[in-house]
Amino acid sequence: MDADTLKQKLAALPSAAVQELDHARRGFSLDVSLPPAQLVAAVTILDEAGYFIETITGVDWLGENAARIKEAQAAAAAKKAAAAKKAAEARKAAEEAGEPLPEEAAPEVEEEAPAPEPAVDDLEAIYDFNRYDRCHRVTLRTRAPRDKPSVPSIVHIYQAAHWHERETHDFFGIKFEGHGYLVPLLLPEDADYHPLRKDYSA
Amino acid sequence: MTAIAQSASSETFVLNLGPQHPATHGVLRVKLVMDGEYIVEAEPVLGYIHRMHEKMGENRTWAQFLPNTGRMDYLHALAYNHNYVCLVERAASIEVPERAEYIRVITNELNRISSHLLWFGAFVLDLGGFSPLLYAFDDREQILDLLESVTGSRLTYCYFRFGGVYNDVDQDFLDGCKAFVARLRERMPMYHNLVTKNIILMKRLQDIGFIDAEMCRKYGATGPVARGAGIDFDVRRHEPYSVYPRFDFDIPVYPGCDSMARYMVRMDEMEQSMRIIEQAVGAIPEGPVMAAKAPKIIKPPKGDYYHAVETARGSFGIRAVSDGTNTPYRMKLRTPSFSNLVTFGEAAKGMLLPDALALMGSLDLVIPEIDR
Repeated sequence: MDADTLKQKLAALPSAAVQELDHARRGFSLDVSLPPAQLVAAVTILDEAGYFIETITGVDWLGENAARIKEAQAAAAAKKAAAAKKAAEARKAAEEAGEPLPEEAAPEVEEEAPAPEPAVDDLEAIYDFNRYDRCHRVTLRTRAPRDKPSVPSIVHIYQAAHWHERETHDFFGIKFEGHGYLVPLLLPEDADYHPLRKDYSA
Repeated sequence: MTAIAQSASSETFVLNLGPQHPATHGVLRVKLVMDGEYIVEAEPVLGYIHRMHEKMGENRTWAQFLPNTGRMDYLHALAYNHNYVCLVERAASIEVPERAEYIRVITNELNRISSHLLWFGAFVLDLGGFSPLLYAFDDREQILDLLESVTGSRLTYCYFRFGGVYNDVDQDFLDGCKAFVARLRERMPMYHNLVTKNIILMKRLQDIGFIDAEMCRKYGATGPVARGAGIDFDVRRHEPYSVYPRFDFDIPVYPGCDSMARYMVRMDEMEQSMRIIEQAVGAIPEGPVMAAKAPKIIKPPKGDYYHAVETARGSFGIRAVSDGTNTPYRMKLRTPSFSNLVTFGEAAKGMLLPDALALMGSLDLVIPEIDR
């Protein structure tokens, strides 16, 4: 299967977003975001295309939603300040020209909307695949909310996932449904913490 | 585990190998379910030397993480240095002077030979032959002296910098490399006569420890394990980095899928590394060894970055996520022995215990790199 066919097949999955990347700059060829329900289908496509599994890992996006709200608020505040400045300039120009002052805009009665409560942030599971015959690194990424981080296991397709998923569970607490043996791999046997979560500190 | 254990004869027992067993080369433990002399189930137990390098990557600056890279694979530390500086140079768009790239290649290949020599000695030691270890360590010592003279350390190197290398090499070093290559070339036939053609070694390795290409693909095995299964895969060729494309070298591939094939791949690789060193020493250009405009503070643009290199054990990849600050947001370390060792559980099934130890030796495990 050539790279284009693979790209089309992955893009055809429901709600999958496929992005081509510059390998020389980023080290990836293809980046695919998809919902957890489509993960097994995508991995099956890669398996049939003869890709080998490089690694599975996670990323904790704690604070991402709060940052987004803050950003939106900052943008709104900046827009408001710009509008006020423009109005002031217009008044000043009119004054200098001796024209009648434009009517003062009614003070905005718009009530400050209370900041929306940020939604629960996501944990992301990331899968890297590559080929032995030529370099074509494909990344699959799927997200699950932090309070219920659950994605399907791919251990029945790639046996390497047995350890990679255990490690990702150790570090992030992502539950791989169908794995069946998610006991700590690198952490102590009785570990009940997930050190790579951003709110964990030793 | 239980399903197979039940299907075996009721006489099975659990044998604990390690974590302090000489054959595991470090703190690796393997839980073995045995039926007499035969292995029914093998489950490696990891984590005895886990230090959470990935978390350390998140709580220090990009530059502060550099010494950590030399402390994962202590046998081929320069490759780990190399991967990390290449990743940061890729992310932060830093140009590296040619001379520095040549120095990186020369020191890297010397380090690869030293790693293979140690593996060679220790592997034959596992199989019951003591004296080759002493010969191998004698040769390895020459490399450690050479590398010490330029890097200042003998094992956990931290020699490369973002944009170049820490200090320049002198003519003595280059002459030393030439002398070393000449010396090892002379000794390789001795190794082959003494060890490779030894009937005991052949009987212990041939047709034993089967890991084929399909298994490699499913487990993500790379390096000599994949090349011993007939897969022509070497990151230096596959995803070229540094100045490797300028050199003429072969990728040894053996289709045997057994412990002997993996042994032969590493033995041949030493010769190929010597070829690269010879060419690099002959063609090394004059010039600076650090980029003139290497930034003091590294702040790569937001996004994900990946870089891989070929270490003595296979493909080592770093996947870094930058949030645009001077501290990495995420630093995933994809180490080759981790993926190579997953195959052990399946490959060791049905083997005699001493053969499984030979198989384990043929995987060339470095435990601190697996546990990170």
